[in-house]
Amino acid sequence: MEKIQMIAIIVSLGFLGYIARLIYKGKLREEYAFIWIICTVLLITFAFWREGLVVMAKLFGVIEAPNLVFTGAIFMILVYLLHLSVTVSRLQESNKKLAQDIALMKEKMKHA
Amino acid sequence: MKVAAVIPAFNEETNIVAVIREIHDVSKRSGIEITPVLINDCSTDKTAALAASLDCVLLDLPVNLGIGGAVQTGFIYAFEEKFDVAVQVDGDGQHPASLIPNLLIQMQQSESDVIIGSRFIEKGGFQSTFLRRTGIKWFSFLAGIFTGYRVKDSTSGFRMLNRKALAVVCTDYPDDYPEPEALLIYAKHKLIVTEFSVEMKERSGGVSSIGPFQAFYYMWKVTLGILFCFVRSKVTV
Repeated sequence: MEKIQMIAIIVSLGFLGYIARLIYKGKLREEYAFIWIICTVLLITFAFWREGLVVMAKLFGVIEAPNLVFTGAIFMILVYLLHLSVTVSRLQESNKKLAQDIALMKEKMKHA
Repeated sequence: MKVAAVIPAFNEETNIVAVIREIHDVSKRSGIEITPVLINDCSTDKTAALAASLDCVLLDLPVNLGIGGAVQTGFIYAFEEKFDVAVQVDGDGQHPASLIPNLLIQMQQSESDVIIGSRFIEKGGFQSTFLRRTGIKWFSFLAGIFTGYRVKDSTSGFRMLNRKALAVVCTDYPDDYPEPEALLIYAKHKLIVTEFSVEMKERSGGVSSIGPFQAFYYMWKVTLGILFCFVRSKVTV
């Protein structure tokens, strides 16, 4: 086993441990935890299975194996960013409703 | 007849006292019961303190929502408190509150759900800059295509809404720069919209919410907003 492989495995396992801790402490919602666990599992898989990347690249018809990593990673990041934008929009909407309700209730309290 | 004057205010300490006084004056002169409803959109100046000392309903937003969210809060209040009519009067003193009785008469005579105070019918008073007028024409044109309304002053916030219109905007109102998009919401619910000629003043103090750099963003945001609003109304119907 080569040095870089050892480092990759240790870092990936550490990452998985950290995510597990975040979930355990309730600091990460399950829906996000799910995505992060999948990412970590992928990292660990390819850390152990070194030829895996070349095999996958051949499967998709990618000549340079690292390009598959970049393409895949950038696409996943874009999808995730879109998801976050949707989440922010939804939060903004509920934030607005909450603020309006608070303002209206404060006014009602004055006369109660 | 109970009228709510919905006044959105963000850092308007220089204008707010005069605006509310004018509304009380109009109410006294015309004999129409007009209640000023001030929405303090989380101002950082003395707007809230000043408003608390005045005779008006004060709705204090805990976070800054922007003009759309603030005005909507006032509309919700007016609807829940059983007002017959709500009229938006901006906190910067540009809107002639003295014309509220005229708007009311126009609303009854034309049997409209929404009356829009327009600067461009008789072209008197403050006419805004050329660039802004061009933008307003573009929005009017765009909204005209999709709604059939012939509204010349599509960005005017000086609007009077009856209960039917209030019920609509309580649940559906755009967030920022809401006026042109609101036309599409009115159209979606088949409200009758009429324009009424008014003269507006140049703002007497404070700063406008739209600086030169925001103008470009504003154009795109509202154009896209109108298009999306149209698509949405077609898809859900």
